[in-house]
Amino acid sequence: MSSAPAPVWNNKLIKWVDDRLPIFTLMHGSAVAYPTPKNLNYWWNFGSLALFVLVVMLMTGIFLAMSYTPHVDHAFNSVERIMRDVNYGWLLRYLHMNGGSMFFIVVYIHLFRNLYYGSYKAPREILWWIGVIILLAMMATAFMGYVLPWGQMSFWGATVITNLFSAVPVVGDYIVSWLWGGFSIDNPTLNRFFSLHYLLPFVIFGLAVVHLWALHTSKSNNPLGVEIKTPADSIPFHPYYTIKDFYGVGVFLIFYMFFVFYAPNFFGEPDNYIPANPLVTPPHIVPEWYFLPFYAILRAIPDKLGGVVAMFGAIIVLFFLPWLDTSKVRSAKFRPIYKQFFWIFLIDCIVLGWVGANPPEGHFVLIGQISTAYYFFHFLILMPVLGFLEPTRPVPASISQPVLKEKA
Amino acid sequence: MASSTTHDHAQPSPAAPESGESRRDFLLYATSAVGAAGTVLALWPFVHSMNPAADTLALSSTEVDLGPIAEGQSITVTWRGKPVFVRHRTADEIKAAQGVDVKALREPQADKDRVKKPEWLIMVGVCTHLGCIPLGQKPAEPKGEFGGWFCPCHGSHYDTSGRIRKGPAPANLPVPEYTFLSDTLVRIG
Amino acid sequence: MRSLLSLALAAAVGVFAAGAAPASEGPAIPKRTWSWDGVFGQYDVKQLQRGFLVFKDVCSNCHAMKLVAYRNLTALGLSEDAIKKIAAEKEVMDGPNDAGDMFKRPARLSDRIVPPFPNDNAARSANNGALPPDLSLMAKARKGGPDYIHALMMGYKDPPKDVTVADGMNYNTAFPGNQIAMPPQMQDDLVTYADGTKATADQIAQDIAAFLNWAAEPELNERKSLGLKTMIFLVVLTAMLYALKRKIWADLH
Repeated sequence: MSSAPAPVWNNKLIKWVDDRLPIFTLMHGSAVAYPTPKNLNYWWNFGSLALFVLVVMLMTGIFLAMSYTPHVDHAFNSVERIMRDVNYGWLLRYLHMNGGSMFFIVVYIHLFRNLYYGSYKAPREILWWIGVIILLAMMATAFMGYVLPWGQMSFWGATVITNLFSAVPVVGDYIVSWLWGGFSIDNPTLNRFFSLHYLLPFVIFGLAVVHLWALHTSKSNNPLGVEIKTPADSIPFHPYYTIKDFYGVGVFLIFYMFFVFYAPNFFGEPDNYIPANPLVTPPHIVPEWYFLPFYAILRAIPDKLGGVVAMFGAIIVLFFLPWLDTSKVRSAKFRPIYKQFFWIFLIDCIVLGWVGANPPEGHFVLIGQISTAYYFFHFLILMPVLGFLEPTRPVPASISQPVLKEKA
Repeated sequence: MASSTTHDHAQPSPAAPESGESRRDFLLYATSAVGAAGTVLALWPFVHSMNPAADTLALSSTEVDLGPIAEGQSITVTWRGKPVFVRHRTADEIKAAQGVDVKALREPQADKDRVKKPEWLIMVGVCTHLGCIPLGQKPAEPKGEFGGWFCPCHGSHYDTSGRIRKGPAPANLPVPEYTFLSDTLVRIG
Repeated sequence: MRSLLSLALAAAVGVFAAGAAPASEGPAIPKRTWSWDGVFGQYDVKQLQRGFLVFKDVCSNCHAMKLVAYRNLTALGLSEDAIKKIAAEKEVMDGPNDAGDMFKRPARLSDRIVPPFPNDNAARSANNGALPPDLSLMAKARKGGPDYIHALMMGYKDPPKDVTVADGMNYNTAFPGNQIAMPPQMQDDLVTYADGTKATADQIAQDIAAFLNWAAEPELNERKSLGLKTMIFLVVLTAMLYALKRKIWADLH
């Protein structure tokens, strides 16, 4: 931020406040003058979109909580009362329900943009770690939120996921009954899930602030993967990226609102409109779509503990990515082989999701195992080896250089 | 698309950069206005969700059987979560309520404007000062200096028509909407 | 190297094609058209009234609809007095009264639709041990929604020769597993429609499916009309934002 000169405030009131609490200077430095690479493409919109969705989720969540009752006897009916009797309750609920899916769509795109352009590489390792922690917190929040309507999928999803912890040697069963606060998923479980589901989004918000702090320290990466070197490489965040982000929000809202108003249950499961019944398991339990790849990894390993370890390992491995990627070049633009493997990896994740949505029978078992093996192969073997062997294309000396060349 | 604003003809043909500038300003103000309006409209569902819900509003009437209430007795029923005082007034109480000089009251209201049948006084039993429940429903409770109700929180006295006579309360006890379905059945709300 | 990617794509497509065989999720349900399909689709009030008649005279003898209140029926275009009369046909338990006793009174507008049995066990014991499910959310709680309900109503067929239907069960082509405890209900002239619509079995099945969809999604009309306004607004705003973005970025190049 040193490149942005400290602003001079002419308005007396603003100056009075800023002399005591430099909030205007802070905002000016991080949202107005903040020097941003001039060549960011639209894939860089998804960070601000994620923040936008988080705010929508917080708002709708807070207002939904005003009408929701976290008790096994009332939870399902209180959600239906929101849908039927509370003014615009159906809108708030569908915004929240689909907002969860939107959040993951946006964050997954954000994450894959990182993978493509090597944004996790030095000096952005901690920025990347905080991102992975946010993803973990989002997963926990989404999982607990899905339990709250207390439908059949809520109940049995919670049962299956909490039982994962019974795979832990020796203390597994103890951990599970501690999570439950009883001998099965019951009222204490619902109560604590509500409490944590309310708390965690604020934690995520805090993490997002730290994420931004780290970002503004190391500055944004860009499609070329070369750092800002001269003033010609960067432009002030405002108005260039503020308007671009607003435009992104507009396009995103059209997509989001289409689901809210015209296909509100597209991402949902019909079974969750049946009240939870601890005596009957639905014939086909599936998690929400954003968990499907991890669910497939869980089921690919024919061993309880092994499956759980692999599933958590699939995310833990991301923490080591800055060192697993040994390439000197950041952006896949100049890595012709990695670029192709990136797309193969993306397809692998989609295949995993598709396997996760299907019952673990027949050829799904084999496909799931191959895709799981490939997932880890990509990170643990391909990325380190490729970094050493890959002949990369010449990287431009600065951000402005290729632009000047094209003009000439 | 970028240059298709209606502002174009407002300034015929001054220097090119200047017209670009003002066109951009116009677009900025117009977009900001539309965006701000949308944001405000989007907030309404959030605000409105805190208003009483449809099922709450549907429950907002209560039926009361007056049959068992003897002369001189009162009962308290719940209506919209608040106490409603139903009093079968004695002839003396009615006379006291009617004999008051209306002009001298803090909130001038004749007794006949507060009841549909003189023997039945029906009103919301919430003190108009700060929302406590006045005493006077049960025989043993203090009825205040005017034989009606007395609010123990800050000492407001109400008469046998539920009108404020002394103390800090600014208004009479409010009379809810009600209808006599029969001689002994009243629907409040 | 480009071939590496195409190879992977081809493999992925192959894998998807191989796995496209339907998972064991019950019989396929044909898609039908409904008045509320599409962006502009809304409920047909006359159809909802017919469906409600079927529900009231037939379904509600065994099935509850506990999430819908009598007051909600005004959305079907019924007058408040007519609904009051319908409600008053049923009794609900209230109390305790001043003497501490529970008592029965006629249902009011604010009451939820009175279930046919006081509790699940009573419902089971009156129906050979099978619990008739609550119908409030049926159109959302089954894959295929109203299509499924229609297919189920019309799906009662003679079982194939190699299938033995268990005692007290009925063969149904739409029901997962094909054996359902509910006996067939649809038949021509099961009810008489006040609006003159011919009450064929298929018509009745459509009408009840429409009514159950309303019961599950009473907000649909409001949702779609608000949605249209929202979408128009967003398209205009986004177009303006795009124009502004182009203008602001123009002076960079």
